[in-house]
Amino acid sequence: MATAVWEQPRRRNIFARPTATTGWYSWVTTVDHKKIGILYGVTAFVFFLLGGLEALALRTQLATPDADVLSADLYNQFFTMHGITMIFLVVMPMGVAFFNYFVPLMIGARDVAFPRLNALSYWIFLFGGIFIYSSFLLGGAPDGGWFGYAPLSTKLPTDGMDFYAVGLQFLGIASLAGAVNFIVTILNMRAPGMTLMRMPVFIWMALVVSFLLLFAMPVIAVALFELMFDRLFGTNFFQVAAGGDPVLWQHLFWLFGHPEVYILILPAMGIVSEVLPTFSRKPLFGYAAVVFAGAAIGFMGWGVWAHHMFAVGLGPVANAAFALSTMFIAVPTGVKIFNWIGTMWGGSLRFNTSMLFSVGFVAMFIIGGLSGVSHSIVPHDAQQTDTYYVVAHFHYVLFGGALFGIMSGLYYWWPKIFGHRLGEGLGKLNFWLWFIGFNLTFGPMHIVGLQGMPRRIYTYPDGMGWNLWNLMETVGAFVIAVSTLVFLVNVAVSRRKGRYEAGADPWDARTLEWSIPSPPPEYNFAEIPVITHRDDFWHKKYFVGPGKTAEPVFSGGAAEAEHEAEHHIHMPSPSYFPVIAAFGLLVAAYAVIFGLPAVAIGLLITTLGFFGWVFEPGAAE
Amino acid sequence: MELFRGLKARGRRFLLGVLAASFALFGSACETNVGPQDFLTPEGPVARRADGLWDVTFAIAVVIFVVVEAVLVFTLVKFRRRPGREAAQFHGNTKLEVILTLIPTLILAGLAVPTVKAIADLSKKSEGALDVTVTAKQFWWEYKYPDAGVVTANEMHVPTRTPIFLSLESTDVIHSFWIPDLTGTQDVIPGRTNNMQFIADEPGTYWGQCKEYCGLSHANMRLRVIAHEPAEFERWLQDQSQPAANATSGAAAEGQQIFLQTCVNCHAVQGTEAKGTIGPDLTHFASRETFAGATFANTTENLRKWVDHPAAIKPGAPMPDYGLSAQEIDAVVAYLQTLE
Repeated sequence: MATAVWEQPRRRNIFARPTATTGWYSWVTTVDHKKIGILYGVTAFVFFLLGGLEALALRTQLATPDADVLSADLYNQFFTMHGITMIFLVVMPMGVAFFNYFVPLMIGARDVAFPRLNALSYWIFLFGGIFIYSSFLLGGAPDGGWFGYAPLSTKLPTDGMDFYAVGLQFLGIASLAGAVNFIVTILNMRAPGMTLMRMPVFIWMALVVSFLLLFAMPVIAVALFELMFDRLFGTNFFQVAAGGDPVLWQHLFWLFGHPEVYILILPAMGIVSEVLPTFSRKPLFGYAAVVFAGAAIGFMGWGVWAHHMFAVGLGPVANAAFALSTMFIAVPTGVKIFNWIGTMWGGSLRFNTSMLFSVGFVAMFIIGGLSGVSHSIVPHDAQQTDTYYVVAHFHYVLFGGALFGIMSGLYYWWPKIFGHRLGEGLGKLNFWLWFIGFNLTFGPMHIVGLQGMPRRIYTYPDGMGWNLWNLMETVGAFVIAVSTLVFLVNVAVSRRKGRYEAGADPWDARTLEWSIPSPPPEYNFAEIPVITHRDDFWHKKYFVGPGKTAEPVFSGGAAEAEHEAEHHIHMPSPSYFPVIAAFGLLVAAYAVIFGLPAVAIGLLITTLGFFGWVFEPGAAE
Repeated sequence: MELFRGLKARGRRFLLGVLAASFALFGSACETNVGPQDFLTPEGPVARRADGLWDVTFAIAVVIFVVVEAVLVFTLVKFRRRPGREAAQFHGNTKLEVILTLIPTLILAGLAVPTVKAIADLSKKSEGALDVTVTAKQFWWEYKYPDAGVVTANEMHVPTRTPIFLSLESTDVIHSFWIPDLTGTQDVIPGRTNNMQFIADEPGTYWGQCKEYCGLSHANMRLRVIAHEPAEFERWLQDQSQPAANATSGAAAEGQQIFLQTCVNCHAVQGTEAKGTIGPDLTHFASRETFAGATFANTTENLRKWVDHPAAIKPGAPMPDYGLSAQEIDAVVAYLQTLE
């Protein structure tokens, strides 16, 4: 790889690169995309448990009318943190976890383009999550909603919304660094022969998501800076009395917020587009259409933000325009649904757990898509908006969609990451509880929404006709919690040695990551493969016979000679500077809220971190 | 039978009706301070226009849902892996893909036309509309009838079959005004005056509540619209424009004294020195069925609790706790109950 000649330092100096490959220190200093992927996944899952506990508390409060489980104050903190957690600390980083682990493996690369930047993103994400959650112990969590509408968000008395403004800014840095990294990796580091139109759909979705992040995060950054300045330094961006405008916040927030929706869902669509072909034993139906539909969603996602603002009073012309754009973004989404069904049509479908979650995704996403279209009927959206009907809609998209896709991906790629499958028996129990719990929780929200139950209310009176539906929803939430426990048990018992040992290619899959051992060696590919087809690995195993059916290729196929020349492969060395640089930002973030001058200390630490980053030697001694 | 309230038996609501019916057994039928807030049973032309669009959209969505899910389930069953089943290796079908892209496009175009037309129609102010200014505050509503000079709170009285044209303003944060039976939501935003219009066909009470998260007691910022026959509405307006009578004797007189020393900072009672504008105008307080954001029934017991310690029954309520003695509280409540 790098051919620059390094003046090798003679003695171990402060810049010497760490060398540990096992133990906790190896995880702190790692720049290996696979380890970072696992770190992302585990961290996001822990946050999923926290966000889930918040949801259970919210649902317990709403199980009965006039309940007294949570105070209004705590309820508001919990619903705000539930949203922030699930969006910024669970679904987004889960997507990034899969990108990290599989983008290099699926394009035939040995790592991402900027391994240390990758580590930096992870540490910033982790510290950002800890930072936001620490607000519970420091006077109160954010309580202005994940949408943080000004001027309320500028007036709430605790430090909660300061944590929101600074914390999301913090997480945004991680997202931006990750986005740049994946764009460069995908565009520059594909194996020879892997043209763009031979890339797996998952990689396409990673690319589209990275571009969305690259353009969306700066928009929210502007909004968050304005909010932070209004709260902490007395500016007046959103203060009417001083000539500010609260609607500015909404435009900025949703101009970020709607592309964000696609940032959350496209990785799951990418996963489903890998899982369905594998377990249908067929290529993806209409590859080009699926890719272009994904890209079209990415572009059109920038033109629909004001459908979150139909009740703001933007006027009939703006409302009509955004109604039209909102309707027509359903078209590429519909195309994807048809193509997934087309992929299964004529196949030979194997319903293991991963496949069940992907099929569940398709089935549930149809519902979320249809209710989404109903929001574009502006005069009726004026009724639906801010009711539980909307809560039902976006959970069908983000839970029925994104989380089903993520679960599918976990079951699908688990053997590649850990060398063993997850149990199928517990897996199916996990799926069915998940599926039933999900529909029990969010299905009735459509009805209670149409019955006029608004969102974000900590209590409701008896006699509205909402009681039974709310109770069902709460029961459903606990079913989901049980399902999550089943997943954790499955993870634990599947680890038992030799129980579900998986080879390199347990699913008879199609893409490059299955051509190397499970778990993959640190260098991924002993020899960088040369790509001749879309689904190249499948084409090394099969050819299409005369009856349009797959016939095995007898010579070779899977896992070829792997151990050759291991010691000639140059891999990036670990580094402890990313975690130092990220830690400095954490110090600075606390300082912004609790003692402005200390920002200098934080930034000094970060600067020293980057200094070491620049001057550490190119490789371990 | 409360579950049925939101889901009155109309044929086209069959789906929801079946669902509700299966659970109606569990519904309770107690008398409460609330009423239906669903938007499936519009009671005026504005809400009806939106509901008409919904009916079409919902019907189309149900058909698409059934067809697509049926095709999906059929695929799953028919092409499941079983001995001898070989997957056919094909990559797509351009003609089919084009058709399946065009069908949803055409359906959506069909929905777009009436939607855009409705957006345009509903944005116009009707001839002869009654103007009402709505001011949203944490966590209650103030209504001004500029032509009559009447100010009231939380319960808006309107004449039937007359367009009511609202000008909505906020003094603190963003709220959202909503009476589902009569019209959809309009955000109420500081620094802006938004407008909306509705008509109530029949006399009656229509319930709604604030829909934009506005702080601690967002859940307790309710409202109602009470529609009267036009002649009766005129009488109501006439009554409301009278100043309050002085309390002359007993606890009420004592209560008025206390009121004019403490409550006066925020509340107005026309005909007295009380001219505060921060809280609701209480001139005809006793004529209201509810108070504090239409959250509590206007009863002696509720009033006592409220005056004693407002934030205890309504979190975040800005009304301060004056530490009045039980006797003083009784006096203030007695005074409030004279404000017919």
